[in-house]
Amino acid sequence: MTATLESLQTGQHARVQDVQGDDSLALRIMEMGLLPGAEIEFIGRAPLGDPLEIRVAGYHLSLRKAEAHRVVIEVI
Amino acid sequence: MSLAVDRVPHLAVVGNPNTGKSTLFSALTGIFTRTGNFPGVTVEMKLGRLKTSTQEAVLVDLPGTYSLAARSADERVTVDVLLGLRPEIGSLAGALCIVDGTNLERNLYLFSQVRDLGLPVLLIVNMIDRAEKAGISITAPELSQRLGVPVVFCNAHDQSSVALVQKSIFEFIAQNPPAAQGTDLAAQQASNSDFPPPFETAVNELQGLLSTHGRKMPRPLVSRLLMDIDGQIEQTEVQRWPELSPHLQRLREQVSAAGYRISGIEPRVRYASIRKAIAGLEIRPVRQAGQFSEKLDGWLTHSVFGLLVFIFMMFVVFQLLYRGAEPVMELMETAFGSLQDLVGAMMPRGPLRSLVTQGVIAGVGGVLVFLPQIVLLFLFLAILEDCGYMARAAFLMDRLMTKVGLSGKSFVPLMSSFACAIPGVMATRVIENRKDRMVTILVAPLMSCSARLPVYSLLIGAFIPGVSFFSGWVDLRSLVLLAFLSLGAIVAIPVAWILKKTIFPGETPPFVMELPPYKWPSIKTVFQRVYDRAAAFVVRAGTLILLTSIVIWGLGYFPGDHSRENAILAEMEETNRVSDGLIERRDELQQKLKGTNEVQPSSFYARWIRSQPVVKRKEAGEIPPLTPAEIEKIEKDLIALNQQIKEYSNLMEQLEGELVPTQGQLQENSFLGMAGHWIEPIVRPLGWDWRIGVGVLASFPAREVIIATLGVIYNLGEGMEAESPQLRDALVNSRNPDGSPVFTIPVALSIMVFFALCAQCMATLVVVAQESGSWKWAVFTFVYMTVLAYVGALITFQVASLWW
Repeated sequence: MTATLESLQTGQHARVQDVQGDDSLALRIMEMGLLPGAEIEFIGRAPLGDPLEIRVAGYHLSLRKAEAHRVVIEVI
Repeated sequence: MSLAVDRVPHLAVVGNPNTGKSTLFSALTGIFTRTGNFPGVTVEMKLGRLKTSTQEAVLVDLPGTYSLAARSADERVTVDVLLGLRPEIGSLAGALCIVDGTNLERNLYLFSQVRDLGLPVLLIVNMIDRAEKAGISITAPELSQRLGVPVVFCNAHDQSSVALVQKSIFEFIAQNPPAAQGTDLAAQQASNSDFPPPFETAVNELQGLLSTHGRKMPRPLVSRLLMDIDGQIEQTEVQRWPELSPHLQRLREQVSAAGYRISGIEPRVRYASIRKAIAGLEIRPVRQAGQFSEKLDGWLTHSVFGLLVFIFMMFVVFQLLYRGAEPVMELMETAFGSLQDLVGAMMPRGPLRSLVTQGVIAGVGGVLVFLPQIVLLFLFLAILEDCGYMARAAFLMDRLMTKVGLSGKSFVPLMSSFACAIPGVMATRVIENRKDRMVTILVAPLMSCSARLPVYSLLIGAFIPGVSFFSGWVDLRSLVLLAFLSLGAIVAIPVAWILKKTIFPGETPPFVMELPPYKWPSIKTVFQRVYDRAAAFVVRAGTLILLTSIVIWGLGYFPGDHSRENAILAEMEETNRVSDGLIERRDELQQKLKGTNEVQPSSFYARWIRSQPVVKRKEAGEIPPLTPAEIEKIEKDLIALNQQIKEYSNLMEQLEGELVPTQGQLQENSFLGMAGHWIEPIVRPLGWDWRIGVGVLASFPAREVIIATLGVIYNLGEGMEAESPQLRDALVNSRNPDGSPVFTIPVALSIMVFFALCAQCMATLVVVAQESGSWKWAVFTFVYMTVLAYVGALITFQVASLWW
C-alpha cells in the first residue's frame, strides 16, 4: 500500500518515494526539492484544512492537498 | 546584431524569492531606478546603475523565481533576457545569481539552470552571517572551486559587504569582456553538461529538426523545450509549427526509454550534481523546532488564533486605508480647491480659465488624491511581505479562495479593493500565475470602494425610511447600506468563477509556495517598494487619468455659449466686491460709534480702560467725545449703508438664481447633456430620466462626481455634498413633466445597484490597463461591469416597481 504526503499527521517524518505524473505540476513539485529520497517533516495544515505545510531540504513549503496527493512517501 | 564597443555592460540579477535580492539590488544601485516594461507581458524589470568613479554597469533586476522552466509568457521573459533575445535589454555581459546561504541546495537549482544557458555567472551568496551561524563550513574561494564560477559572500544589510560585492562585479566584468560572448549563444554546442548522453542526443536532433524548419534556436532554449513539458516554449513553438508536437513526444519517449523519465530529469540531474558539489557542508536548517520564529509561526498559522490575528491585521489595514487616508485626502482636496481659486483669480474668464481650473488642476487633484491610499497600503503590504507574513496570509486564505478558482494570494488585493480598487489592482503583482492575476484584476473593481459611499448615503438618506427594528438595535438604513456594500463582493463570486471557466480556462495552477522564516523588515526595501508603486501610479497612470479628465471637462463645457454664465459670474464678483466695501465701511462707523476704533496702546491701564463702558472712557479722555451732531450723522449714514447692503445682497440672490439655471442649461446643452438625452430611451427601463443619465455619464471619471452633477442639474449649484439637505429635498421633490416624482424608491434602488456594479472610475480602468498589460482588458472591465450594472439596475427597478 502506498501512502501519499496528504495522509501524514503533524510531526510525522517521511521519505519521498515518487512524484507521480508526467506534467508540469510534477516538475514544479520536484523543482522545489521534493525529489525521491528527500526527507520531509509534516508541520501542519492551514486552519481551513488546506493547504499543508511541510519541511523539506531545510525550508518550509506549502502545497495543496491535491498536489500533496501526487507525492508518494514512506513514513520513517 | 552589433555590439557597440562603448555600451555600458548589462548584467542580469536573478535569484529565488526571499533571498534578499531586492535589498541587495537597491543597496548596489540606489533608490532611483528605471522600470522597464515589456509589451504583451505583465512583468516589469528594474534597471539600475552601478557606478564608481571609473566604472559603470547596468543591473537588470529580474523577477524572483525558483526555476527557469517557463509556464507563462511572463516567466519566459526571464529566459529570453538571459539569452539576450530581448531587444529592450540586448545582450548581457553576464548574470549575478543571488542565493540564500542558509539554503544552498534549493537555491543552487536556479543557479545551475542559469549557468547552463552559457552565460558567465557570478554567484553571490547572501545572508552569509546567518549561514555561518547555521554552521556553513566553506570559504568563497573553496565554493568557487567546487562550482566553477566566481563566488562572493555577502550580507545585503552590511555596507562594507555591499562594497565588496561591487568590487567583485567589476572584476567579473573585466574577466568576461562583452565582446567575447553573447551573440553566438545560438551556435553553441553541448557544453560539458551533467545531463545523460541520451538526453543530449535528443536535444541535438530537436535542434536539427527545428533549424530545417527555419527556426534557429539557441541550444539552451532547445534543451528547455525538450524538458519543460507543456511549458511556454513548447506552446509557442507548437503554435508556430504544429507538427512539432509528435516529434517532441517521440524524443521525450526516447529519453524515457533510455531510463531517464523526462518529467523528472531536470530536477534529478541538477539536484544530484548540486548535492555532490556541496557535499560535506553540513548546514543545519535555519528553521528549527523550538526557535522563537517557529513558535511564532505555530501561533500565526494556528487554526483559531492564526485566523484571529489575520482578521485583526486585515481590519487594521482596512481601517488605515479607509479612515487613515481620509484626512490627508481631504487636505489635498482643500489644497487643490484653493489652488483652483488662486489660479482662477489670476486668469480672465473664459474657456482657458475653465480648462486650467476645472480640467487640469481638478485632473491633477484627481490623480494625487489616490496617493495617500496607495502609499499607506503598500507601506503595510511591503512590511508584511518583507517580514514574511504575506506568505502566511496566502496560506491561511487559500482554501477560501479556491472555491472561486483563485488562490490565497488573491485575498489581500481583493480585500484592499474594498477601500479603493486602484491600490488593490496594483497589489495583484504578488500573484505569479497570470490567469489568477488577471481574474483578480478584473473582479477587484466590483468590491465596494469608498467612492461609492457618498452615492449610497445620499440616496439612502433621501429615500429609505428611517425605521428601526428589534427595539432600535437595527435600523433599515444601515441594513440597506450593508446590503449595497456587500453586493459587489457577492456578484464577484460568480463573475470570477465564470471568468475562470471561460476566458482563463485551464487546470488550477499549483500552489507550491515557500513559507520563509520571519525576519525584521528592511526599512530600505520597504521604502523602495512604496516609492516604486507610488511613482508608477503618478507617472504612468497619472498622465492618462489627467488626459481623460480634460476630455470629460471638454465634453461638459462645449459647445455651449458660456458668455451669459461668465457675465453673471463677473457681475457677482463685482457685486461681492462693492458689497464687501460697504460692509467694511459700516463696521468702521459702528466701531466709531462704540468708540473702539482708535489705536490701542499696550499698557495695562489702556487695556483696562478699553474694557470699560464708553461713558467711562470718554470721562477718562480715552476717546475724543463725539458731538451729538456727529453721532446723528453717523447714525444716518449707517441707515443708508444698511439699506445699500441689503440691496446688494438681494442682487446677489437674484444673480445666483439666474446663474444656477444657466449652468444647468449649459450642462443640458453640452455634449454630455446631449448624450444624456440621447441615452434616455436606454435608461428609461431603469426608471431614470435624462438628468440621471447625464449624472451617470458625467460621473465616468469618478463615481462621486454624480453628487455635484445632480447638484447642477437640480439647480442647486456645484457645491453639493451627499449630506446636503437641499440636494436630498430636491431629489425627493423633483417631478416629471406629468407631475409624477422622478425619484421613487425603485429608482433610488436602481441607481444604487447601478453604482454598486458599474465601472465608473477612470483611474481604476487606467490602472487595470497598466497592470494587465493591455487596454483590451480595461475595455473588457468597463463593458462587463456596465452590462452587469445595467441588467442589475433593470431587474431591481422592474421588480421593485411591483411593490412601490
